[in-house]
Amino acid sequence: MFAAFRKFHPQTLRLIALSLVLLLTVLFFTSQIDNYFSPRMLSRISSSAAVILPIAIGQAIVVMTRNIDLSVGSLVGVVAYVCGDFLASHQSLHPVLFVLLCLFVGGCCGAINGLLVSYGRVPSIIVTLGTLALYRTFLVEYSDARTITTDSLPKWLVDFPSSTLFSIGPFEVRTIVALALLAALVAWLTLSRLRVARQFYAVGSNPDAAVFAGINSARVVFWAFVISGMLAGLSGFIFLAKFGNITVVAGMGFELKSVAAVVVGGVNIFGGSGSIVGVLLGTVLVDTIDNSLIRWAVVSEFWREALLGILIMLAVIADTLMARSFGRLKGGNT
Amino acid sequence: MTLQWFKTWEGLLLIILAITLTSNVILAPEFLTLQNQINLFQLSIEKIIVAVAMTFIIINGEIDLSVASIMGLSACTFGVLVNNGFGGGSAILLCLLLGFVAGGINALLITRLGIPSLVVTLAMLIAFRGFARVLLEDQGLKDFPLWFNALGRDGFLGPIPLAIVVFIVLLVAGAVVLHHTGFGRQVYVIGTNSDVARYSGVNIAFVKTVLFVASGIVSALAGLFYAGRLASVRGDAAFGFELDIITMVLLGGISIFGGKGSILGVLLSILIVLNLRNGMALVNITGHVQTGVIGILLIASVLGPNLYEHFRKTKLT
Repeated sequence: MFAAFRKFHPQTLRLIALSLVLLLTVLFFTSQIDNYFSPRMLSRISSSAAVILPIAIGQAIVVMTRNIDLSVGSLVGVVAYVCGDFLASHQSLHPVLFVLLCLFVGGCCGAINGLLVSYGRVPSIIVTLGTLALYRTFLVEYSDARTITTDSLPKWLVDFPSSTLFSIGPFEVRTIVALALLAALVAWLTLSRLRVARQFYAVGSNPDAAVFAGINSARVVFWAFVISGMLAGLSGFIFLAKFGNITVVAGMGFELKSVAAVVVGGVNIFGGSGSIVGVLLGTVLVDTIDNSLIRWAVVSEFWREALLGILIMLAVIADTLMARSFGRLKGGNT
Repeated sequence: MTLQWFKTWEGLLLIILAITLTSNVILAPEFLTLQNQINLFQLSIEKIIVAVAMTFIIINGEIDLSVASIMGLSACTFGVLVNNGFGGGSAILLCLLLGFVAGGINALLITRLGIPSLVVTLAMLIAFRGFARVLLEDQGLKDFPLWFNALGRDGFLGPIPLAIVVFIVLLVAGAVVLHHTGFGRQVYVIGTNSDVARYSGVNIAFVKTVLFVASGIVSALAGLFYAGRLASVRGDAAFGFELDIITMVLLGGISIFGGKGSILGVLLSILIVLNLRNGMALVNITGHVQTGVIGILLIASVLGPNLYEHFRKTKLT
């Protein structure tokens, strides 16, 4: 029976396994919760995954280069608050310009991380642990204990999260979901097709070989952080649109969620491999479980975190065991 | 102690500490009172206890992100046990056993399955915190035995509370084990180059298991001190402490890549962080700004020497 598996690349096999787990999860909750497989549930899960997906992609790119970005949660908060505040006082700002502003602010903060990691040669975990605290401190000081409310935001932004791009039967695809998916699509195409983007993999899989191949690895790592910052800006925009009321704790703890999605999605934590499709599946799986457990009557909603942690662990264990037996299979043949 | 010594990491930290202490004394006259000195330690005592165990783990080339969640889970378990008819003593033992099991699970997954500790302990950070929330849901628990609360707050050796005594004992024991025993050398050699360690016959799985189990027990103990000091627990007890703990260790010159650093450095870094926070609190700077300043210090402490090295080299060539 294993013969059939050998045709697939291990990475593909991983994606198939992940899809199966996702399918089983959905089937399980469908059998448990009344009216689960409904348009409402889909838009609930998809719009909550839409907030996490951009930072998960950014995290994946950073992790591919053998680094980590723990500041994304604080960045989402900074972008959602600061840009929201700016929009409240500049109501006539064009929506597209506003999204670009969010990306720009996020990208600038990401560039600070990138400069310190690439050119300051400070390990990324130290830099982003520091900026995790710093960006949040900046936000608390900037906000002066005020809250951004839905009333102060222009109407287009308040209506934005409930707007639908297109629908398939009764299932609607929200514009914010489409936006996050677009980011994933662009990332997937560039990472798998563009020569420049392959450098992220090269630097992560073997830094020495990358240098010998003439790759400027400092610059590649720098750009990984800038991209992660810009995607955190996009998450910040979606967060602002989705919730409307923004306090200084916005996005707190998102760094762990993004790392969880990346790890479940099969991105190698030691760099060099991982696919955006996996990250997409990982994000959706984590958010599906998160949102479904609230509605599951059998366990109290307080089980959410505990089960999430166990799930991440199980996903990683399954992944490791699978990779091991696959390696043995290959070894047995040669 | 020659001039050269001040160019080492510990020397640099000592200078920073001296500056911090001097400015504290100048800015706030009440800084030097014994009560303030004890307060300064008491406010972060749980974090600095765990920092000693974390030092070993990071030198070993690993990381334990689950410590704060184990602290929270241990504190919550204690609350639930004593509120359900368990005696304080047996509840404490069960909580320490819990720490042992939690650390054991981490160790098992890391050594047997070879999963990176960053991933294992990240998942456990979420899971153990989840269990704490399952135990307490959204309520808080108090009504601990009076002697337990007294141990957490009052003087044990004269005016010094038990937790500070435990910290000092752990620190001294840690320094001896890390710098003066074969086991300590094994911790370093695994962190420096685990292949070399394996070919030299070091039992890597054993060393890592000991470290993670110890980290689990120490975290559970710290959680109990936390519960005793506050005389109450909630599901979010000790939430987010892991970042502060790791910051203290890294600032102490322990390389995140393993194999480098000393207990002395960590002690100096702990003193700097505590005094900096205390000094800022004495002149009414809020907690968030304090966190930000420590964030800057963390980055600057690694960036500074790097830049110095860089400019020195460019000058020579």
